[in-house]
Amino acid sequence: MTTFLQIVARDVRLAFRQGGATMLVVVFFVLAVALFPLGVGPETAVLRRIAPGVIWVAALLAAMLSLDRLFQVDFEDGSLDQLALAPLPLELVAAAKCLAHWLSTGLPLVVISPLLGVLLELNGEAHAALLLAMAAGTPALSLVGGIGAALTVSIRRGGVLLSLLVLPLYIPVLIFGTGAIDAAAMGLEGGAHLLVLAALLAAALPLAPWAIAGALRLNLE
Amino acid sequence: MVNWHRLANPTSFLKWSRRVLPWASVTTVILLAAGLYLSLFVAPPDYQQGETVRIMFVHVPSAWMALFTYAVMAGASATGLIWKSPLSHLTAKAAAPIGASFTLLALVTGALWGQPMWGTWWVWDARLTSVLILFFLYLGYIALWEAIDDYTRAAKSTAILALVGVVNIPIIKFSVDWWNTLHQPASVLRMDGPSIHPSLLVPLLVMGGAFTGYFIVVLLIRLEREILARQAQVLRRAQLRS
Repeated sequence: MTTFLQIVARDVRLAFRQGGATMLVVVFFVLAVALFPLGVGPETAVLRRIAPGVIWVAALLAAMLSLDRLFQVDFEDGSLDQLALAPLPLELVAAAKCLAHWLSTGLPLVVISPLLGVLLELNGEAHAALLLAMAAGTPALSLVGGIGAALTVSIRRGGVLLSLLVLPLYIPVLIFGTGAIDAAAMGLEGGAHLLVLAALLAAALPLAPWAIAGALRLNLE
Repeated sequence: MVNWHRLANPTSFLKWSRRVLPWASVTTVILLAAGLYLSLFVAPPDYQQGETVRIMFVHVPSAWMALFTYAVMAGASATGLIWKSPLSHLTAKAAAPIGASFTLLALVTGALWGQPMWGTWWVWDARLTSVLILFFLYLGYIALWEAIDDYTRAAKSTAILALVGVVNIPIIKFSVDWWNTLHQPASVLRMDGPSIHPSLLVPLLVMGGAFTGYFIVVLLIRLEREILARQAQVLRRAQLRS
């Protein structure tokens, strides 16, 4: 357990100190969302209508762009080999790294998302749904994205390939994430969508680290 | 009784495949001819959709095959990871482009059918969207094979990817029932029997058989080619080393 927490703490610390990676992800998220009013025009009704989707798509891209950091650096400098030799099972190492990725990129996105809701004139009731949906959806993004990151860890310039692998797998989160906010914005009960999001997370939580560890082992042979 | 385990050996597989291929090809051609005749001339035009209903006889089998191929791919990937049988990964690799083509065919015929029926080429309906996602899954799978040079690593990595993508197949299958917007719900595979009239069902099933036969024929040809390419690669390496 201590090893698990040490890995989490190490990765979070690295993410905050190495060139402000966390800061960059948040700035990207806000900037990407801020481009939409410039693109589609400033009408409140339009912005309010597209806000859930825009915020989620930007979150997806922000989470994806930070994925290459998840294993790449450790793979290149050999720390991943050391982690694989540690008494902790590689599955738990993978889970720890995903948790650290979520803490350093997903959580800041969740925290900043109400601000974006305000920028895009989201309804009052939809704000709570936005926060809950982001909180349930972004951990799933880190876990599922970890699979893509592990599969492409040894490929040079694997960024584009990574997006091709990961974005299709992100779609269920996008559908139910926006569904929850849309439902709340129209005054409907959005609980079902949130429950499905939670179910996706619950399924990804045991399965993704397993797949990640399998993919990492291939690359460490 | 065929000893299926023996087919895991590439050399005996090649022998078997070359014996089976002509028969499979002839069966496919016959089924395809019969299916086309039944669907173009025998099947009655729909009282609402008119002659355009005949697009169904290509559209529905391609959609079936799009899913079926992915299932074959995932099954082969799992077999390869678990039993490390040499042909499994090559089977999955050979199947992927065929599956991608079927998926594209399903999407294109769907658009051609949707234009006269729904008045639009494309609808962001759940089922259409998930087939599009399936297409991207195929592309990602093929791209990952291309991106990794080392054969063993590529084979295992793509196998993991295929198994991860399998999560998508139930979503496609049941998405109609979850969201159920414009696309009609499943009408052949249902608990209370098919709701489609036999005059349309029979040509549809014959076409389904023809598509499956086509898949098997192309898979055998591609697999043979993959085996030979792999053997050539191994030989060339051995030659370089000595």
